[in-house]
Amino acid sequence: MTDLLAIGTRKGLWLARSEDDRRTWTLDGPHLLAQEVAAVSVDTRGPAPRVLAGIQYGHWGPTVMRSDDLGRTWTETESGAIRFPEETGAALARVWQLRPDSADRPGVVWAGCEPHSLWRSEDGGCTFDLVRGLWEHPHRPTWEPGGGGGAVHTVLPDPASERVLVAMSTGGVYVSEDGGGAWTPRNRGITAVFLPDELPEYGQCVHKVAVDAGDPDRLYAQNHFGVFATDDAGVSWRSIAAGLPADFGFPVVASPRTPGTAWVVPLVADMERVPPGGRLRVQRTRDGGASWTESAAGLPDGSWAAVMRDAACADEGDPTGVYVGTRDGCVYASADEGDTFTLVAAHLPDVLVVRAARLP
Amino acid sequence: MTAEVVLPGVLADLAGGAKHLTVEAGGGTLGDLLDDLAARHPLLDRRIRDETGAVRRFVNVYVDGDDIRFGRGLATPVPDGAVVQVLPSVAGG
Repeated sequence: MTDLLAIGTRKGLWLARSEDDRRTWTLDGPHLLAQEVAAVSVDTRGPAPRVLAGIQYGHWGPTVMRSDDLGRTWTETESGAIRFPEETGAALARVWQLRPDSADRPGVVWAGCEPHSLWRSEDGGCTFDLVRGLWEHPHRPTWEPGGGGGAVHTVLPDPASERVLVAMSTGGVYVSEDGGGAWTPRNRGITAVFLPDELPEYGQCVHKVAVDAGDPDRLYAQNHFGVFATDDAGVSWRSIAAGLPADFGFPVVASPRTPGTAWVVPLVADMERVPPGGRLRVQRTRDGGASWTESAAGLPDGSWAAVMRDAACADEGDPTGVYVGTRDGCVYASADEGDTFTLVAAHLPDVLVVRAARLP
Repeated sequence: MTAEVVLPGVLADLAGGAKHLTVEAGGGTLGDLLDDLAARHPLLDRRIRDETGAVRRFVNVYVDGDDIRFGRGLATPVPDGAVVQVLPSVAGG
C-alpha cells in the first residue's frame, strides 16, 4: 500500500509518497516545473492511477495535463481537453477543480473552471463537454468574480443520485438534481457581508463545500466570513462558527468515513488573511459543527501564510489522514485525523492544492 | 509567397523542434497565417491563441518588427518574405 499526496503549487507539481502508513514521506518533483498547478486529481478507478492536472502554462494559457505513470510522462489533448464552444465567445482562463466521479461512473470526471463554468468528461479527462444547464443559467451574467477570478471551484457529484452541487466565488451554491440539466441556488442562511442585502438568494462567496460521510444531505461550507452547515442539501443553512477563533478561511474538509467529522483552517480577516496570531492551526469538529477542538501538535507558530481553498484534503485511510498546504510552501500531514501533524515538505512554491490517494 | 515564423525555444518543441518555420503567407493576414500554422501544429496554436482565436494576453506577435497589437491585430497583412516573431511578454512572477 502506497499513500500518494499530490501537491500542486504556483510553480509545479510534487508527488509525496509514504510506504509506512503515512508516518514518513518521500518527495518527488518538481513535475510540470514553472507551470501553475491549481487543480489536481488522482483517479484510482482505472487499471492505473491517472493524475490529472489543471495548469496555467506560463504565458501560454491553461490546459489539462494527464499522466498514467505517476508523473513520469505527461500528455495533453491536442485540441484542448476543455475548450469553450465557438458560439459562447468565451475562452478558458483557469482550471480550478478536477473531480473524478464515483466508481459506478467510470470515466466520468468533472471540471470547474474560470469563467464560471462546469464541464463533464466521459473519457477520463481527455475531453470535456460544457454543462449547458449551468452556463445558460439566467443568473450567470450577475455572478461576480472574487479576488481570484470568477469560477466554479467546487464540484460535488452525489454517487447515489443524479445530484451535482457546485460552489462559486461569487455566485454561491447551486444544485442540480438531474445530473446538470436544471440548477437552483441553495444559499438560504449563508451571509454575504459584502452586499447590501446580506442574505441574498445567490451571489455569496462560498469558498468551499464538503459532504458529510454519513448523510449526503449534510454539507459543510466555509464562507467568505462564516462557517455553515445544512441537513437538507442546502435548502437551508445554519451557522456552525461558534467556538472557532475566526470564521473566515478557505478550505473545509469532511471525513470520508466518520459522520460528523470535518476540519477548517481559520484565518483572521478581512484584510489580514493570516492564521490568528501567526499560529497555524486546524480546527476539528466531531459533532457536525456543534463544537470545535484545535489541533496544534506539529503545526507551527510564527506562520503567517494562508491555506488556500483546495490546499487541504483528507484521505481514505483508517484513521483518516488530513493534509494542509500553505502559501509559504509547507505541507503538513496527519495520520490520526488531525491529532498530530508532521512536515511533509517545506520551501515549495505557494501550495494551491493537495489531493491524497491510496494506491494498491 | 512565404513568411518566416520565429518561435521562442519553449514553443519550438511543439513545432518539431524548429525555431524557424517557413509557412505559406499567400499575401493574406496574420490570422490566415496562424490558421495555416494551426492546421499543422494545433498545440502550438493553442499556446499562441485561445479558442476564440484571440492572441493570448501575455503573448506578443511582431510582423517585420511591428507589434500587431498596435497595428491591425490579426488583420495585419503579412507580405511575401515577412518575418513573424512570437515572443512572451514581460510578465510573471
